[in-house]
Amino acid sequence: MPQLLDKVWIVPAVMAASFLLILFFGKRAGTKATAAIGIAAVSICLVFSVVVAGQWINRVNHPPTGEALAEDIRQASGLTPQTPEVVEGEIDAATHDSGETVEGDHAADDHASDGEHAAAEGEHGDEHGGAHASVPPVVRTATWFEIGPIDFEIGTLVDGLTAMMLITVCIISLLVHIYSTEYLHGDVRFTHYYAFLSLFTASMLFYVMSSNTLQMLVGWELVGLCSFGLIGHWWEEKKNTDAALKAFLTNRVGDMGLIIGVTITFFAAGATSFNVLHINEYALSGAANSTLLLVGALCLFGGVTSKSGQFPLHTWLPDAMAGPTPVSALIHAATMVVAGVYLIARLYAVFFEGLGIGSSSFHYVAFIGGFTTVMGGALAFVQTDLKKVLAYSTISQLGYMVMALGVGAWTAGVFHLFTHAFFKACLFLGAGSVSHACHHTFDMREMGGLRKYMKSTHITFLIATLALAGIVPLAGFWSKDEILAGAQQGQENAYTAMLVMGLVTALMTAAYMGRAYWMTFWGEYRGHGTPHESPKVITVPLWILAICAVFLGFLNLPAWFNAPSWATTRFEHFVEPTFAFPAVEHPEFTPWLAVLSTVLAVAGLAIAYLYYERNKGPHGLTHRNAAARAGYTFLENKYYLDTLYTDIIAADTKGPLARAAYWINQNVLDGIVDGAATVFKKLSGVVYRGVDQLVVDGVVNGTGLASEESGQLLRRMQTGKVQQYAAILFAGVVVLAGVLVFVV
Amino acid sequence: MLVNQFLFLGAILFCIGVYGVLVRRNLVLVLMSIELILNSVNINLVAFGAMWHANDTANLSGQVFALFVIAVAAAEVGVGLALVLMIFRNRQSIDADDVDLLKG
Amino acid sequence: MLALLVAQNIAFYVIAALIVFGALRVVTCKNLVHAALWLVMVLAGVAAQYILLAAEFVAVTQVLVYLGAIVVLFLFGIMLTRAKTGTDLDLDHSAAKKVGAGAIGVLLLAVMGYALWDEYRGEEIGDLAVQRTAQVSDSIFSTYLLPFEVISVLLLAALIGAIVLARRD
Repeated sequence: MPQLLDKVWIVPAVMAASFLLILFFGKRAGTKATAAIGIAAVSICLVFSVVVAGQWINRVNHPPTGEALAEDIRQASGLTPQTPEVVEGEIDAATHDSGETVEGDHAADDHASDGEHAAAEGEHGDEHGGAHASVPPVVRTATWFEIGPIDFEIGTLVDGLTAMMLITVCIISLLVHIYSTEYLHGDVRFTHYYAFLSLFTASMLFYVMSSNTLQMLVGWELVGLCSFGLIGHWWEEKKNTDAALKAFLTNRVGDMGLIIGVTITFFAAGATSFNVLHINEYALSGAANSTLLLVGALCLFGGVTSKSGQFPLHTWLPDAMAGPTPVSALIHAATMVVAGVYLIARLYAVFFEGLGIGSSSFHYVAFIGGFTTVMGGALAFVQTDLKKVLAYSTISQLGYMVMALGVGAWTAGVFHLFTHAFFKACLFLGAGSVSHACHHTFDMREMGGLRKYMKSTHITFLIATLALAGIVPLAGFWSKDEILAGAQQGQENAYTAMLVMGLVTALMTAAYMGRAYWMTFWGEYRGHGTPHESPKVITVPLWILAICAVFLGFLNLPAWFNAPSWATTRFEHFVEPTFAFPAVEHPEFTPWLAVLSTVLAVAGLAIAYLYYERNKGPHGLTHRNAAARAGYTFLENKYYLDTLYTDIIAADTKGPLARAAYWINQNVLDGIVDGAATVFKKLSGVVYRGVDQLVVDGVVNGTGLASEESGQLLRRMQTGKVQQYAAILFAGVVVLAGVLVFVV
Repeated sequence: MLVNQFLFLGAILFCIGVYGVLVRRNLVLVLMSIELILNSVNINLVAFGAMWHANDTANLSGQVFALFVIAVAAAEVGVGLALVLMIFRNRQSIDADDVDLLKG
Repeated sequence: MLALLVAQNIAFYVIAALIVFGALRVVTCKNLVHAALWLVMVLAGVAAQYILLAAEFVAVTQVLVYLGAIVVLFLFGIMLTRAKTGTDLDLDHSAAKKVGAGAIGVLLLAVMGYALWDEYRGEEIGDLAVQRTAQVSDSIFSTYLLPFEVISVLLLAALIGAIVLARRD
């Protein structure tokens, strides 16, 4: 098997080819062929992704040494770095550590008691390059264009994070492709939808394997475009197009920050290269200006705020539920919205050094992450639309991921990204299945008691809900608990505020998901007609995702459980970067925290059960209590953020600006144009009379007249008299003879 | 004798002939003036012939040439007068000013 | 020898004077027939000059052809074109034209005269031996045979042409 790590660009190329095929031939080929092309292409990509992952795992187990290693490092960081001692340090660390075995170091992770996280921290303190050999990612680039001394490249970067993202995107995309054949059966724009799905998958794959920040920009924008196109898939209804525009424009606001951030990081890293690893190394080496790094990190976070639904640019995500449900599952739960989280994860050194994650206990990114979790969770309580509940849940979970990255628990955040993709996709597809049965409504008030009619959907939805709530031993528990442990332990200082926010949200998550579950699947059916289970094409993907939600958590089993070393922290071992990566403290598994979070989750579910199923508790409080009513209204209006954005900011900018522009157009621009026209008219009149008629015509007529007159004159020479001709002839002879005799 | 004498004689005769061609209105008189010109040329030729004869006794080119000129002159007068007769028959006049059909 | 030369010179000048005078009369005479007669004098004078130049055959030919045939032709022409036999006042162009022609003539003479004076000043005609006719015919029929034949054809053409032209049809 040739090294796919070198040629991983094939993967998005296959999807792009699928996109083009569907775009040009889909309509003629028919819906079955279109779906077949899409599914076949994604399947091929999935196979390739698995191969890539396998090859990466192989590379981590048998890392390159010596010359090959040095060559890989040089290729990875692009140009000859400005700080050669950084590269030397890397080479030293790598060659020094490549001799150590993996097992031997994991043995040092054994802890008897859970209170020794100080010792654990000390143990982990030198883990950069200590636990595993520094394995540089496989980077292949080509020069796209050059401006002066700067090479703008296009290339691929493959490491554990890339491989993980590839597999995630491909699996979820494949399941969504299969699911959509039934969900969009008979749709008016079936082929168009599949074309966009292929384009989205191609763009996302392109994005996750970008080797430099400019390329990431390209991928970022492309996935935003696909999101716009897919949200507005049923654009015959105005609310869908409004939602699509809102998504795109809100993302645009964040993109400003992203672009500025990319530029700043370029300059912070010595203004030589956009290569991701080069930037990371530069940030780590301490040669970068710390203010520039901070500003750059904050600007990049601006882009993350909009794309990954952080406060305050999260407002587009709930509205994006106007798109088809498979789209919501793929894009707005599992893959696109995590693009921002991926950005932070990829450029982690910039964030770590810029924001000082290692030495602080409270900073902007972590705070926003935590605040988003709480805020999103609170809003999920007041929704009646099932998809909107899930959307706010997504916002909340994205907040978890950002918070995790903010407190330095890199693996925790990325692992939560991974698990969340599966169970959130399962939830969304389950919601789609439910709506499929309930005549295309998502209003939970018209559902109820569906567990009797839809067994598969019910069980998978339940599994995914429990996973999301974080019940042991499902996937969500492992990832969420690691985040909470990261917040609790922090790096040098604990991030206590984030821990509190995380725990509160754990309770809320279980509660609102419980509410949704009970309203939908228990009680009596409040709609009309009889719902029935969805066909296999829908339920099989649900089962696959549910099974993943059950078992995937064990990929990152903490070392505390004394399992053999090939079973513990596999995810961390293969996915966490070892090259150009800051020295992060890995959170220890703390049993009391795990127990606490599980108790909170169970409590949340119980509260929901009692309130909604048993109708216990203060129902109707909002009618009785003014404060409660005010709070409810505040939540219902989504903290009035939408009002602020649309009615206040946008309208106030639009109105005066539009009027001013109109005034300028009518008076200034039109005035100039009209004035110019009048001047030219007069000028042309002058030119016509003066130049054209007088001069030009005069010349032409004059020439004619001159010919005529001269002709009349010369005519007289021809008298017809031979003797006259002879006279002239002899005169000429005289002249010639004179010339000949006197001159020559 | 100097060659120049004959040559000058020839030149004078030539010029008188030219004057006659240009001045006379009667076509026959014009032909006569042309005869004068031809004779002047003949004098020149024979004079040159004599001049060269001194160097080369066998060379009689001048005289032979003059003979040819006489022959040509004869032919020319014949045809010329035939033309004059034609003109007279058609126009009843041999005034040179009346023969101006090519007037522009 | 000297006496011969002197005689020749005197003869030349006398004959030349006659020639010039005659030519002038040809171009100025008001009487058509008189002009023809003055032409006779010119032609005769020219023949005499030929004899002075020891070109006897040419002289004789001159007399035969010119005086014998051409002048007669002229007279025939005069007769056939019903020219006025007395003084004809219409024989010349206007005075202005006469002046112009005269100017041309004078200028031409001036130019030619200068050329001749410049080139052939003092060039003498050497001793002249009389050529026998046999020599002339030898020259014609050997060196100048082709021109001779051409002349024959020319005369033939002229003859036929004149007849064709003047036919009364």
